[in-house]
Amino acid sequence: MTVDQEVGRPRRRKEDARLLTGRTQWTDNLSRPGTLHVMFLRSPMAHARIARIDVSGARGLPGVVAAFSGQDFREEQGSLPCAWPRSGDTVIPEHPPMAVSEVRYVGEAVACVVATDRYRAADALEAIEVDYEQLPAVLDMNEALSESAAKVHETGNRAFTYRTTSGDLEAAFRDAPVVIDRTFVQQRLIPSAMEPRAVLCETDGDTFTMWTSTQIPHILRTMLALVTGVAEHKLRVVAPDVGGGFGSKLQVTAEEVLCLLLARRLGRPVKWTESRSEGNLTVHHGRDQIQHLRLAADSDGRIRGLQVELLADMGAYLVLLTPAVPLLGAQMFNAIYKMDAYEFACTGVFTTKMPTDAYRGAGRPEATFGIERMMDELAAELGLDPLEVRRRNWIRHDEFPFTTISGLTYDSGNYEAATDRAMALFGYDKLRAEQNDRRDRGDPVQLGIGVSTYTEMCGLGPSRWFGSENAGAGGWEHGSVRVLPTGKVEVVTGSSPHGQGHVTAWSQIVADALGVPFEDVTVLHGDTAISPKGLDTYGSRSLTIGGIAVLKACDKVKDKARRLAAHVLECSPDDLEFEAGAFKVRGTESQTTIQELALAAFAAHDLPDGVEARLDSDATFDPDNFSFPHGTHLCAVEVDTETGMVKIRSYVAVDDVGKVVNPLIVDGQLHGGIAQGVAQALFEEAVYDADGNLLTTTMADYLLPSAADLPDFALDRTESPATSNPLGVKGVGEAGTIAATPAVVNAIVDALRPYGINDVRMPCTPERVWRALQDRTLEGARR
Amino acid sequence: MIPAQFDYVRPASLAEACQELGSDEDAKVLAGGQSLLPFLRLRLAYPSKLVDIGRLADLRGVHDRGDHVHIGAMTTHDEVMRSPVVREGCPLLALTAAQVADPAIRHRGTFGGSLAHADPAGDLPAAVLALDGVFVAASASGEREIPAAEFFVDYLESSLRQGEILAGVRIPKLGAGWGFHYEKFHRTAQAWAIVGVAAAVRRSNGSIAEARIALTNMGPTPVRARAVETALQGVELGDQVRQACVEAAADTSPPADLHAQPDYRRHLAKVLTDRAVRAAAGAP
Ligand SMILES: Cc1cc2nc3c(=O)[nH]c(=O)nc-3n(C[C@H](O)[C@H](O)[C@H](O)COP(=O)(O)OP(=O)(O)OC[C@H]3O[C@@H](n4cnc5c(N)ncnc54)[C@H](O)[C@@H]3O)c2cc1C
Repeated sequence: MTVDQEVGRPRRRKEDARLLTGRTQWTDNLSRPGTLHVMFLRSPMAHARIARIDVSGARGLPGVVAAFSGQDFREEQGSLPCAWPRSGDTVIPEHPPMAVSEVRYVGEAVACVVATDRYRAADALEAIEVDYEQLPAVLDMNEALSESAAKVHETGNRAFTYRTTSGDLEAAFRDAPVVIDRTFVQQRLIPSAMEPRAVLCETDGDTFTMWTSTQIPHILRTMLALVTGVAEHKLRVVAPDVGGGFGSKLQVTAEEVLCLLLARRLGRPVKWTESRSEGNLTVHHGRDQIQHLRLAADSDGRIRGLQVELLADMGAYLVLLTPAVPLLGAQMFNAIYKMDAYEFACTGVFTTKMPTDAYRGAGRPEATFGIERMMDELAAELGLDPLEVRRRNWIRHDEFPFTTISGLTYDSGNYEAATDRAMALFGYDKLRAEQNDRRDRGDPVQLGIGVSTYTEMCGLGPSRWFGSENAGAGGWEHGSVRVLPTGKVEVVTGSSPHGQGHVTAWSQIVADALGVPFEDVTVLHGDTAISPKGLDTYGSRSLTIGGIAVLKACDKVKDKARRLAAHVLECSPDDLEFEAGAFKVRGTESQTTIQELALAAFAAHDLPDGVEARLDSDATFDPDNFSFPHGTHLCAVEVDTETGMVKIRSYVAVDDVGKVVNPLIVDGQLHGGIAQGVAQALFEEAVYDADGNLLTTTMADYLLPSAADLPDFALDRTESPATSNPLGVKGVGEAGTIAATPAVVNAIVDALRPYGINDVRMPCTPERVWRALQDRTLEGARR
Repeated sequence: MIPAQFDYVRPASLAEACQELGSDEDAKVLAGGQSLLPFLRLRLAYPSKLVDIGRLADLRGVHDRGDHVHIGAMTTHDEVMRSPVVREGCPLLALTAAQVADPAIRHRGTFGGSLAHADPAGDLPAAVLALDGVFVAASASGEREIPAAEFFVDYLESSLRQGEILAGVRIPKLGAGWGFHYEKFHRTAQAWAIVGVAAAVRRSNGSIAEARIALTNMGPTPVRARAVETALQGVELGDQVRQACVEAAADTSPPADLHAQPDYRRHLAKVLTDRAVRAAAGAP
């Protein structure tokens, strides 16, 4: 019997029929008898002392069960945790879930009303009186660091300064024939998951169950126990269907803590669901860096040294991973390039804005943007093709494994192959010819070509590395595989999906490993009572670590099955070969299937010594290295120089994500990822006004692209398997987002370069492009 | 966000609806809800009562009335864009309605709601202004006609009086030889216009005999670009059109917001008017 290999098949996702037909369990759909609804009163001031707060007006109103201010929870609410102060000097300010005496960003919760429904709770919020004594808002990072600046916290506005150097930077820059010096701005972004955040918490007086729209039920459970003092074994956290996160649900939120405390205080289930505007204000924001980059090169384009100086906006507090996010760039600015010296420095700055934290890519998109923009600038300076300059600097495929200047060891890759393939798909030379033609003709619509040859470190990550970098936890993952008495397989995974397709991908892996049908595998997840061990989903770690844990558990199941099979077939385990779900005695017809063995192991009537009942096993996997997906993305844009409008004409992405388990899922991740990367380049920006009010509180002002705003993506792949895991997989959750932003901006700048323009600040809105073009003319200079 | 409390009625007749509205000055008409509900949810409006006119069949539908097309206020954007009568008698409205928001909103949002809301960023107000539509307002005391030029008073303010319901709009048919275009400039497909230009152009012997131009989002109300209309008279298609459009932003007071500053809007008005006129005239 031959069995089709499941890994590599474009299987439709098992998850989708249910999701598409609305038979879903979003947290907001869940209800418990007697559920109360909480709404939060949020600060309208960016920075103020709370002089007086009076919730009594709300207390008597119809349907209102309770109203509290931060003062009422002063003793028990603890401080929201920051789990990764990577830089030794990190200052972690107190962060009460509900402000007690001072507010530091617009949207910070100051009081709450608990009522029989959301409407009454919302009405009652208007009866709460708060007197604020205004304090100065702190909005600009450079100003925040000046001596005379108003302070966000008494300790000052510097959260940390981290620096790492390798090689002799001074020598690299001394007498360098070419030095490129640029400052780029990574605007602030608002992660916009389709499902808003929602929390429901119930208690029976002793134990607590929290359903929440989170990426991290396991981490959250431990953190909630630490923050609130509720004993960890009395707390169950469930992530039911979760409609996207992009990092924004990798958080221990004020609302989660407060729902738990309210349930404890009131003894009734308490539920909160955010509105989109509330979410825009208070879901942790992403990016927000000022990047000062200097690059020294020889006249042939070879890079001598790179110096990176970042200011990273922390916002008002350090939440779960705030200070660690920009530092994920520390090893990534050097990217795929060889150089003699490298320095990375980053200062975290407090401002009176919503805290920032992980957003799809987390630190790596920022780094990739910086270096890929610099490579284009270097090419322009030298009059070289941007791909040629990259080729002269990148790690050649025969140089792997390669230890980079920043100390990571890239295990595999083939930048040449991905680039050649991308150029062919894109029609690179033809588009260059058209570009020249449009320049010659002075066409009001100019063509630009953008290049991004990215890599990223993902599969976060080796626990030892996390430990050495001062993180609160490691990076292993857990999986269980149980072959049920009827031969069906139940898998439990510690990584917690929120749209990725774990159920499908894990089924494919298990089907191959155990030789069972794809349909016979089910995957359980996202509930600390069901999957007791796990470190959840972020950083493209699920497949590379969680999937491998499941594979390892399958190996153990197979080992056990082999011993049992040898017993049943009365042979030595070494005489057995495993094929298509059955153990066969080599050279005979004698065999037994995994399903038969599962039943025998369940009955346990005749087990060999040392073999326990039931055919199941557990495994954890902790990688010894990151994985390093890479690829070449090429983007062509048309820039209407009369209006400033940018239109993406074509987009090619050739990615190397190692071995592919499910091409449909990989393509889906790339489509969504590229859309998000394009969105940073062209559309999205969280805007605060001069008083620190967020202006982009609705989707009319915070623009997200839809399918109508994006081109067809031409996708292809090369495959250099990862060596850090047995499947050779690398992860694909963030690749598109990381690659796309610089590809688009490089294309825009490429179109405008003959006008003497060498940067456009993101998002490259029509107005910004138009302003950049004012008083400039096309020199008509050919490249 | 969550709206504050309000009463809700769904009258069965226009007379009853007028009655409900007339008796409570804080009552508001609910049509497709695509503008009103967001306002309620953000607590930007606190009406005492919503008078849902969704069941008033008389207010719905498109009718060919010989020299004009009558469009009932409750006709949805989707119905307007697909109506053969509209496509034949006043195609500019079909072209414009097709560019409003997205399909979901076009199936709920109404022609009358778009106009009564008097949002200068709305697409249909400029198109109806360019076509010199006549608004029919109904109240307990009967019907009243309001010319388009008098309908839009200020930002989100029409000349409808308290107790009046917009029943429909009469769009005079233009004769043969006219071409139409709505040029919408927006950052994403679902976004509101930064600037929009509604153009109706009559050609004769290779030049422009007559033009009617109205602008979206160039002030607190939609505005007619009268200076351009005059300048275009007799102009040959070609570079002269662009020259005639330089005054497109004259007498406008465009807003400043996250998407554009006034000087940029003024610039866009010129470029887009040129494009709209050339497209309406069928010129490249
Ligand atoms: C996401 C989104 C995007 C949108 N994008 C666009 C766009 O690009 N372009 C555009 O033009 N529009 C856009 N709209 C608005 C849409 O066109 C609405 O349909 C329109 O503005 C209002 O119509 P409605 O029937 O929904 O009115 P409602 O929301 O029900 O009412 C709007 C206002 O008009 C009053 N009103 C309604 N009907 C009458 C009547 N017959 N008589 C008296 N008063 C009345 C109401 O009392 C209320 O004050 C968008 C809406 C949304 C939600």
